[in-house]
Amino acid sequence: MEQNPVIQIEELSKVYTVNEREAGLVAAMRSLVKRKTRDVNAVDAISFSVGEGEIVGFLGPNGAGKTTTLKMLSGLLHPTGGSATVLGFRPWERNRDYLRRMTLVMGQRNQLVWDIPVIDTFELNRAVYRIPEEQYRPVVEELTELLELEPLLRKPTRNLSLGERMKCEIAAALLHRPSVLFLDEPTIGLDVTMQRRIRRFITDYNQRTGATVILTSHYMADVEALCKRVIVIHHGKLLYDGELTGLADRFAPFKTVEVKLQNGLDGRPLAQYGELMAHSEGRITLRIPKVDTAAVTGRLLADLDVADLTVQDPPIEDVIEHVFSQSPSPLDAPDPQKIQSE
Amino acid sequence: MFAFYTIYKGYFRTALIVQFQYRVAMLIWLLGGIIEPLMYLVVWRTVSEQQGGSVGGFDTNDFVVYFIAVMLVSHATFTWIMWEYIYRIRMGLFSVMLLKPIHPIHSDIADNIGYKFLTLTVMAPVTLLLAWFFDASWRPAPWTLAAFVPVLILAFLMRFYWEWSLAMVAFWTMRIDAMNQAYIVVGLFFSGRLAPLSLFPEIVQRAADILPFRWMLSFPVELLLGRITPRELLIGIGAQLFWLLAGYLFMQLIYRAGIKRYAAFGA
Repeated sequence: MEQNPVIQIEELSKVYTVNEREAGLVAAMRSLVKRKTRDVNAVDAISFSVGEGEIVGFLGPNGAGKTTTLKMLSGLLHPTGGSATVLGFRPWERNRDYLRRMTLVMGQRNQLVWDIPVIDTFELNRAVYRIPEEQYRPVVEELTELLELEPLLRKPTRNLSLGERMKCEIAAALLHRPSVLFLDEPTIGLDVTMQRRIRRFITDYNQRTGATVILTSHYMADVEALCKRVIVIHHGKLLYDGELTGLADRFAPFKTVEVKLQNGLDGRPLAQYGELMAHSEGRITLRIPKVDTAAVTGRLLADLDVADLTVQDPPIEDVIEHVFSQSPSPLDAPDPQKIQSE
Repeated sequence: MFAFYTIYKGYFRTALIVQFQYRVAMLIWLLGGIIEPLMYLVVWRTVSEQQGGSVGGFDTNDFVVYFIAVMLVSHATFTWIMWEYIYRIRMGLFSVMLLKPIHPIHSDIADNIGYKFLTLTVMAPVTLLLAWFFDASWRPAPWTLAAFVPVLILAFLMRFYWEWSLAMVAFWTMRIDAMNQAYIVVGLFFSGRLAPLSLFPEIVQRAADILPFRWMLSFPVELLLGRITPRELLIGIGAQLFWLLAGYLFMQLIYRAGIKRYAAFGA
């Protein structure tokens, strides 16, 4: 899809073997002799590639395999099958040149040293990543300005609020100017203002450095603000890879029709057109199956005294919710050919 | 090399700042390191006095100097990594270490040396105080003092590599406390921490020659006491180098396997 893929994944899989035991003493004793295990396909043969400078949203419900994939790409996990290269490196070989060019930010993990002031962790990272002094100073200044860190730098990490800590985490993870960023829930637990600031920062960083970003988030606002392209996985399988706007086309089985009437309803029943979602003075919102949209709009225009009519895709949040509420079987991984065309 | 220097400087700095935050915990640890040898010192000194001033070639003064030296060498070489590893794996801190472009052992070495450096300010006056209180007399030959420096560094490194490797058993099981305890008890006898090795039966002494513990503690202490001949010094350094190399190779092996296991089960 991309001219210059920075991340290339082919049939990447990860199977975890987990121990299983029933409750109770007898089961506990039995497990001493014979352990029951079960294989869990956390990531199931997914393939995609990401080009230089792209910001890709990686979506899926809890347990879909997002974090497992990011951990494989950052070298923390060995895959069970398939291959992956990032910046030409195989991540799990943990080549130091690779580690110096990427970063993984996990919302709930901290790379800031708990007991020391934030600026001291920055200094430590400067040494570990061998950042030359002439590069370090401007980067710290820039990050301090963009993320408004000035009042926080001299405080020990343990005295920071969650949002403050997250900002400092992100800054600490970017001091070495990585060209690939894996951001796992970078805005989790933050208030709306802070979420917005971090979003703006990611866009800014991407534009200025041309870094490639894969981002997971439960907040659709993050994804809508940052990512043109999204990859959706569910139960470890890839469901969708394409533009965010195409997601509704592909998965939403209905459209939202908003009608403004000239003279009110005159007591006409609306159930015949579709599911009534909202109804206020002279304005109705209906949910109509996608296949019937053309016919129903025709009938609405013919039957009612319509002043204005708009047909829209449902909000992206509803689409995602719809996708995740499906079992994976009817939504098999799409044909790569099809992805190419999307 | 310069880069390594910068990294270590960074780690030292951090270690010192962190240690300063936990002054009380640091002093408690330190107290343990002082009380244990002091206890043995008092016991053996009493035994020696009751035996007419000498036991197995050690007179009362020898016991005093021996256990003060044990205290110093123990302090210089001890690690707490076995407890640290359980904590870092349980808390998921190891992932963060793995993402850094440097082997995690370096931050641990720097952390350990940082602690030692800081606690020297307490250990030095305590040593002088004990020497004065027990009226210790010690006249080392200059060559033993010169040889002591590399011998102590080797003792520190070999102990560090071995304990770092054993700590990684935490990758396979979190219940490594029993193993740690066994290691400490065996070390207590064979390192000369409990009593000078020459007081033990011949068979224990031969076993101590084969095991690594003597070379971590007793050997540097014996050297300080002037109980090592130049020939024995060379043999001892050879043994230390052997155990250091073995520890290094063991560490590489178990580290690779450990990471693989960690990576397979979820970081």
